[in-house]
Amino acid sequence: MYRYDEFDHKLVAERARQFRRQVKRRLSGELTEDQFKPLRLMNGLYMQLHAYMLRVNVPYGSLSSRQLRKFAHIARTYDRDFGHFTTRQNIQFNWIKLEEVPDILEELAEVEVTAIQSSGNCVRNITSDHYAGRARDELADPRVYCELLRQYTILNPDFSYLPRKFKIALTGSPRDRAAVALHDIGLRMHRNEAGEIGFEVLVGGGQGRTPFIAHTIRDWLAPEHLLSYVESILRVYNMYGRRDNMHKARIKIIVNQMGIDRYRELVEADWEQIKDSVLKVPQAEVDRINAYFAPPEYECLADIPDELNDVRARIPEFDQWMAANVAEHRVPGYSIVNLSLKAPGLPPGDMTADTMDAVADLADRYSLDEIRVNHRQNLSFVDVRQRDLFTLWKELKLLDLATPNIQSVSDIICCPGLDYCNLANSRSIPVAQDLSRHFVDVDHLALVGDFTINISGCMNACGHHHVGNIGILGVNKRGKEYFQLTLGGSSDENAALGDRLGRALPQGQVPAAVETIVDTYLAIRLDGERFLDTYRRVGIEPFREAVYSPVQARAVA
Amino acid sequence: MALLKNNEMIDDPFVDATGQETIPADGPVLVDLHQWQSHREQLTQRADPVGVRLRSDQPPELIARDLESLALVALEFPVFRDGRAYSYARLLRGQYRFDGEIRAVGDVLLEQLHFMERTGFDAFELQSDDPLGDLQVASADFDVWYQPAADGRLSAMQLRHQSD
Ligand code: HEM
Ligand code: SF4
Repeated sequence: MYRYDEFDHKLVAERARQFRRQVKRRLSGELTEDQFKPLRLMNGLYMQLHAYMLRVNVPYGSLSSRQLRKFAHIARTYDRDFGHFTTRQNIQFNWIKLEEVPDILEELAEVEVTAIQSSGNCVRNITSDHYAGRARDELADPRVYCELLRQYTILNPDFSYLPRKFKIALTGSPRDRAAVALHDIGLRMHRNEAGEIGFEVLVGGGQGRTPFIAHTIRDWLAPEHLLSYVESILRVYNMYGRRDNMHKARIKIIVNQMGIDRYRELVEADWEQIKDSVLKVPQAEVDRINAYFAPPEYECLADIPDELNDVRARIPEFDQWMAANVAEHRVPGYSIVNLSLKAPGLPPGDMTADTMDAVADLADRYSLDEIRVNHRQNLSFVDVRQRDLFTLWKELKLLDLATPNIQSVSDIICCPGLDYCNLANSRSIPVAQDLSRHFVDVDHLALVGDFTINISGCMNACGHHHVGNIGILGVNKRGKEYFQLTLGGSSDENAALGDRLGRALPQGQVPAAVETIVDTYLAIRLDGERFLDTYRRVGIEPFREAVYSPVQARAVA
Repeated sequence: MALLKNNEMIDDPFVDATGQETIPADGPVLVDLHQWQSHREQLTQRADPVGVRLRSDQPPELIARDLESLALVALEFPVFRDGRAYSYARLLRGQYRFDGEIRAVGDVLLEQLHFMERTGFDAFELQSDDPLGDLQVASADFDVWYQPAADGRLSAMQLRHQSD
C-alpha cells in the first residue's frame, strides 16, 4: 500500500490544523453557516437530516487493517458504533458532532487517512478496481496512477471551485469493475498498436437525474501525460461548464451540449500548451510510488483445486460460498475473497465497530493486512492462501459476512434514503431489507446467477439505480412513496442505462415484482445466459407483461 | 475597499471607471471590457496605466492581443463559488505570459487567498473591516503543495526528485 512520506504527512497535518481553526471560528459565531459551508464540505462534513455526516476517503478502495481499526475506534468513540461503506469506496459516519470533527481528523491523519475533498465541487476520491494488482486479467496495476491523480487533485488551486463535483475512476482490466464509463473522467488501460500500455480516456459519464454513458475523448494516452491531459479536461470544464443551474452543472451536460468533438478540440488545444511542461510525470516518481505497490512476498504455492473440491463436495454451504464469493488470483495458491455486507435484513454497507475490528484481525491473519472496499458496498480480502479458505469461511460466517450472494439478486446497492438524507423521496433501505429477506434461498440465488439490483431513494441516483440490472428508484406521488423499476442497466465494460418498466409501484409490491422479473428470466433464458444477456435478446416486453398484467387483472377483478 | 498587495494594505492607485459614462482624462484607470473595446484607441495612447476588469463569463481570450497595453487585469468573483477566474489567472500567467497585476475583485474570501495566489493573482480587493487581522487568522500556513501552479513554488513531486 502507499505510505505517506514527509510531504504527505505535512500537508495533511496542515490541513487538519486549518480546519480546527475554522471550526473554532464557526462555533464562536465568527463565521456564518453560509461562509462555513464550503469549508466544511471541503473536509467531508455534510449536514444530514438529523446530524452531521463525515465522509472519509478510502483512496481507490485500499485500506490497511490499522486504518480499519481506526475506523472502528471513530465509530465507537464519536458515532453510534457503526459506519457505512459507500459506492465510492468511502466510509461515512452518520452521527457526528461538529466540535469533535477536528479531533477525528487528527486521529485519521495518524493512520494516513483524510476527509479532504470527499464532498464539495471539486475532484472527489479517485476510485478503482478493487481487484487492482491481483486480477488475472489485468494489463498493469492502476494504483500508481490513482495515487498520482490523488496527489495532483488534492487542494489543486485551479480546480477547487468547479461548477460541480467531479469523479474519476480507473481500471487496468478489460473487465470493468470500477464503472469507469459512469464517471466524469474514466480511464481504461489498453495497449496501442505498438503494444504499449496507455489509457483510453472517457469523459462526461454520470448518473444523477440526467444519466449519461461517457464518450471516448482520446483513444490512447501515454501514462506520462496523464496529469496534463486531466488538467486540460478540468480547465475546459472549469471555464465552460454551466454555472447557471446546479442541475446542469456536471461535465456530462456541457460535453453533450457542445458535442464530444468540440470538447475534444478545446481540450487538445489547451493540452498542446502544457503537455511537455512540469506536469509530465517523471519515471522516477512512477517508480517511487510503484515500489509501494510491489507484489507482497507470496509463498510459493500451487492451486489446490482437488483439496478444495473435496471439502466443497462434503459441505454444500462452503461450496456455495466458494462459487459466489471467491475469485481468481493472479498468483497460484492464492484467492480473492469477497466479504458480503448484505446479510438478509441488514442495511447494505453498514458495519459495526466490533465487526470492523474483527475484520481487521482476519485481514492480519489471512490477507497480508489489507482490505479493499468495492463500489458494490462490500469488502474484499485480496491475498488469501487457498489452504486458508475453509478456516476463513468459518470465521466470516461467525461475523455474518459470508452470505454467498456476491453479484447476485440479494447483493443490493442502496443509498441511505429518507432514514438519513434530506433530499430523499423515499425510504430505500427498507426496500433493500425486504428484498434481501425475500431472496434467502441460496440455491435459488445460485440458480439465478449474475445479477445486480441497485436502489436510490430519489433521482440523484446515489444508489446507481440507472445501471442496476434491476434499478429501483424512489419517487413521491401525492405524498406517498412509490418505486419506479428500470431494467437492463449495467456499469461494466458494456455499460448501459436501464429502461423504464412501467408505472411506479407501492413498496409492498416491489419484492413480488422483482420475483416476477427473476422468474420470467429463468423461464426464457437460454443456456449460459445472464439476466443481462436475456434482456438484451428479448427486450423489455416479456417482463413488462409479466409484472403488470396480473396486477391489472387483480385490479379489475 | 481595502486592497491587499504584497502582504500590505495599500491605497488603490487606479480610479475605478467601470460602468461609468466617462473615463477620467488622466491617471491610472480601471475600465470594463465594453469600455475597453469601444475606446481601445484612446486608452492605449494614455501615458498612465490602464486596467481591464473581466466578469467571470469573459475569458481572457477576449483581451489576449491587448495585454501588452495593460498594467492590470481585474478578475471578478461574482460569488466565491464561481471558480472560473482561477483558470483565467492561470491562463494569463501561463499561456499569455502576462506579468502585470492580476487582481481578485468581488466576493473574495480570505480562506481562498492562497488558491488565488497560487493561480497567479497578486492583488486582492477585500471586503473586511480588519483585513490584516483577518488575514492573520485565516491565512493558511500551508507549505506543501502537490501540484505545480503559476506561483513557481515547487510541488512535492518536484521536491522529491530534486536531487535525481
Ligand atoms: C445522505 C447524504 C447524501 C446526499 C445529500 C447526496 C446527494 C447527492 C446528489 C445531490 C447527487 C446528484 C449529484 C449530481 O447529479 O450532480 C448525488 C449523486 C451521487 N451520490 Fe450522493 N448523496 C448522499 C449520500 C450518498 C451516499 C451514502 C453514497 C454512496 C453510497 C452516494 C453516492 C453518490 C453517487 C455514486 C452519485 C452519482 C454520481 C454521479 O452522478 O455521477 N451519495 N448525491
Ligand atoms: S439518492 Fe437521493 S435519497 Fe438516496 S442518498 Fe442520494 S440524494 Fe439521498
